[in-house]
Amino acid sequence: MALYDVIFYLFATIVLVSAGGVVFSRKMMYSAFSLLFTFFGVSGLYVLLSADFIAVTQIMVYVGGILVLIIFGVMLTTKITGVDIKSGTLGAFQMGIAGLASLAIAVFMIIMSMNTQWMQKDPLAETSTTVEAIGGLLFTEYLLAFGVAAILLLVAFIGAALIARRK
Amino acid sequence: MGIGLTHYLIISILLFALGVFGIATRKNAILVLMGLELILNSANINFIAFARFGGMNIEGHVAVIFVIILAAAEVAVALAIILNIYQNFRHVDVDEINQLKD
Amino acid sequence: MTKETILLLSTVILLLPLLGFTIIIFNQKRLGKAAGYLGSAVLGIDLILSIIVAFSKLVTFAGEGMIQTKFDWINLGTKTISIGIGVDNLTAVMLIVVTLISFLVHLFSMEYMAEDKRFPRFYAYLGIFTFSMLGIVIANNFLNMYIFWELVGLSSYLLIGFWYEKDSAANASKKAFITNRIGDLGFFAGIMIVFFTYGSFMFDDVFAGVASGLLPFDSGTMLTAAGILLFCGAIGKSAQFPLHVWLPDAMEGPTPVSALIHAATMVAAGVYLTCRIFPMLTADALIFVAYIGAITAFMAATIAITQNDFKKVLAYSTVSQLGYMIMAIGVGAYTNGFFHLVTHAWFKACLFLGSGSVIHAMHHAAHHFHDHHTDPQDIRNMGGLRKTMPLTYITFLFVTIAISGVPFTSGFLSKDGILAGTLAFGSLSGHWLIPIAGFGAAGMTAFYMFRLLIESFHGKAKTNIASHTHENNKLITGPLVLLSVLTIWVFYSFNPIDATSGWFQKSIKTPATSVPAALQFDFLMPLNAEGHNAAAHTEVATHNATNSHTELAKHEAAANTHGAEAKSAHGSHALNKFEEEMHHMHYPAMIASLLIAGLGILLSFCFYQFKVFSPDNMANMIKPFYKISLNKWYFDEIYDKTVIGLTLGFAKLLSWFDGAVIDGIVNGVATVFRGIGWFVGKFDNIVIDGFVNLTAQTTGFFGAAFRKVQTGRIQAYLIFTIVGLMILFYFLV
Repeated sequence: MALYDVIFYLFATIVLVSAGGVVFSRKMMYSAFSLLFTFFGVSGLYVLLSADFIAVTQIMVYVGGILVLIIFGVMLTTKITGVDIKSGTLGAFQMGIAGLASLAIAVFMIIMSMNTQWMQKDPLAETSTTVEAIGGLLFTEYLLAFGVAAILLLVAFIGAALIARRK
Repeated sequence: MGIGLTHYLIISILLFALGVFGIATRKNAILVLMGLELILNSANINFIAFARFGGMNIEGHVAVIFVIILAAAEVAVALAIILNIYQNFRHVDVDEINQLKD
Repeated sequence: MTKETILLLSTVILLLPLLGFTIIIFNQKRLGKAAGYLGSAVLGIDLILSIIVAFSKLVTFAGEGMIQTKFDWINLGTKTISIGIGVDNLTAVMLIVVTLISFLVHLFSMEYMAEDKRFPRFYAYLGIFTFSMLGIVIANNFLNMYIFWELVGLSSYLLIGFWYEKDSAANASKKAFITNRIGDLGFFAGIMIVFFTYGSFMFDDVFAGVASGLLPFDSGTMLTAAGILLFCGAIGKSAQFPLHVWLPDAMEGPTPVSALIHAATMVAAGVYLTCRIFPMLTADALIFVAYIGAITAFMAATIAITQNDFKKVLAYSTVSQLGYMIMAIGVGAYTNGFFHLVTHAWFKACLFLGSGSVIHAMHHAAHHFHDHHTDPQDIRNMGGLRKTMPLTYITFLFVTIAISGVPFTSGFLSKDGILAGTLAFGSLSGHWLIPIAGFGAAGMTAFYMFRLLIESFHGKAKTNIASHTHENNKLITGPLVLLSVLTIWVFYSFNPIDATSGWFQKSIKTPATSVPAALQFDFLMPLNAEGHNAAAHTEVATHNATNSHTELAKHEAAANTHGAEAKSAHGSHALNKFEEEMHHMHYPAMIASLLIAGLGILLSFCFYQFKVFSPDNMANMIKPFYKISLNKWYFDEIYDKTVIGLTLGFAKLLSWFDGAVIDGIVNGVATVFRGIGWFVGKFDNIVIDGFVNLTAQTTGFFGAAFRKVQTGRIQAYLIFTIVGLMILFYFLV
């Protein structure tokens, strides 16, 4: 096995195991920290796919921003401090249905993706960096979307502050 | 066989299924949110994979950037809503917040 | 000073009064009397800037045409609407005229309007008026001009109706507005024809289009029509026959307003417009313009003779003089027409401000006696004011001499030029009625102006009030003195009997006509080197125009340089035959006009000063003519009976039609529908309601069944969604 493959499987394992941790862990803090590893794993996969800028963004935004926010959320919405805050799940019946449905969807989609003849092109030539190309696209073809996204973010943050404010 | 598009797709699908399961089963709203993040990440992996192998090129990267922007906004608003719910109900268990029913 | 600076300064000049207006209108209470100082200060700065701009344009860039800038405003498919501003020699002179008179009126009003309770508002209105007038002046296209044209109409409406408590003022303002609107309709139609044909509002584009032989709807008649329609705007704004009726009524406004708007600037806008469109007026249109002007000049002069209201006399005098200017442009004496506009602006503003001074004094004296019945504006109540108001009298005398056309005054210079122009036109085209009307009006002008002067200032005081008037303070007399000084000839030309060598006539040149030779008087076409008519030459050029525009341009340039060479070679060689003829007619015209003005003045003194003849006996002898003149040729009555009567009659007819026919139909339909309604009501109750109830019950049943599914739990919904998705997958994949 080539080194590339080894690294791929390593990251794949990290992603899947930690995602499982997020979903199955009883303690909320464990879930949150598992999510951290998931994000790192996904970021690693991005590097393997030679998407350097996206990988860095993933770490900065997801880990540095979103995850911190989520942890704050955990802290603010539970009365007891400490790591072993438990989070209950639904009844076994619903768990069963949900599990079956998720499993079914996974199986279906895997079969589908295996059978589909994807329009494959030669892998992208490995460039030193994608930042320049992304920047170019953002400020030419996607300029409007970019601007709208900026406004959306602003509106979302103002709205969030407004909603979360104590009356 | 070398690592190709299908490998990444399978990882993305598994991540997606885990996310769906998490959303469907957890009671705590914040954990539901985490499930949502997993789903978004699985979508992102797809984008990047197609960018690499499927000829979507750099445009896939741009799409991922927009997804990340959206996720950030979504988390901010969702957490604000969760805080508001917490102020009203003193808990954030989604299965007990069912005023929509009546 | 560069061209950019000139344009920048012009923009500043334009916007300053608007700024003043904005500040004053929103701070009326807070400013109070300070509004007067603020408005005057703004106009003072404006005046200084105007003088700078005009000076640099007339000295540094004297030879250049229009310094202008334009930018695209709206893109309409293939057509682009551009707007912009431009300064040429005409504009430069007009800038000074407008700002100087506006400034003086601002000063004058500080005293005249001091007791008015809406003092700040008056200054705000003066500001918006000045802004709009300056807008007309520095427009370089029809669109801008039209916008400001309407703004001027609006501000005039506001100012005439300033004392809106008086019914007469409110009615006069409405009359002015509506009458102007009739003229503006024609103006608008003209602009539309021009834009449709040449695809641009710019003056230079349009004239270039005309010169290239492009005609509206491919017909020379339509070019004439376009010219006449554009001129309709001038008919309305400059109070020409038959739309002159609003101007005398507009005297209901405050007197400074009459001086500013209805004597010197706004009414001059029509003349200015006629100057602007001069290059595209065809021979037929020019004759139309000349006749309108001649009729107006003559008719208004006859009316002015018999009026007794101080301001009414001046109003009809204004109408008459405006007719003069229009007539001058119509006969091709463009330079003199515009020259008369400027000189007339000074002396007519002075006359009106003088009348304001008199009325102010009369008003105060009447107030002193608690007399509210005597009309302070009626000259039959005045007399002897020479002694009580010496400064006003002297300035008034000065400008009366000027308007009568006595040598060594500006009025003589401009009027003489116009009369020479009409004579030249008469001899070249055979339209001798125009010079006859011109000379007649000149004589009458001298007569009624001196009548006014003698009746009000000379002799003994006819009422107690007149003998107790007092001279006004410096704010009122200052502007009078300045304006009367401007009537001395040296300001325009050092030669007191011929203005052609003066700076004014040197810088305001008649623009070359761009109308194709076939549609223009041959004596207005440029001459070529041999001194022959270049008409044939240009015709060839027009022919070529279809093939190549540049060739035409070259041709024209060649023709122009030829003309210029010819001019320099022969010294005083004129631009075209008309100017040559005008040169020949200069001395005959001068002698005739002197004789006729002298006759008018002499008669006036005989009638009113020395009482050699009695005016009343004279009036009785020619009673019908006297009646016609006193009643202003019955224009108001005619319009009342015809236009207004017809409109009202038509409105009544429509009202009857509405009441009888339309209402009948509506009522009939209503009855029918009421019957149908009853039937439908029954049908509704039994059949439709039955259906509806059935549907409701069915829905209610299913609703109750499905309600159980709606748990309110989001996660349950998610699972439903996923199961649904799976089913879709199963069927689709």
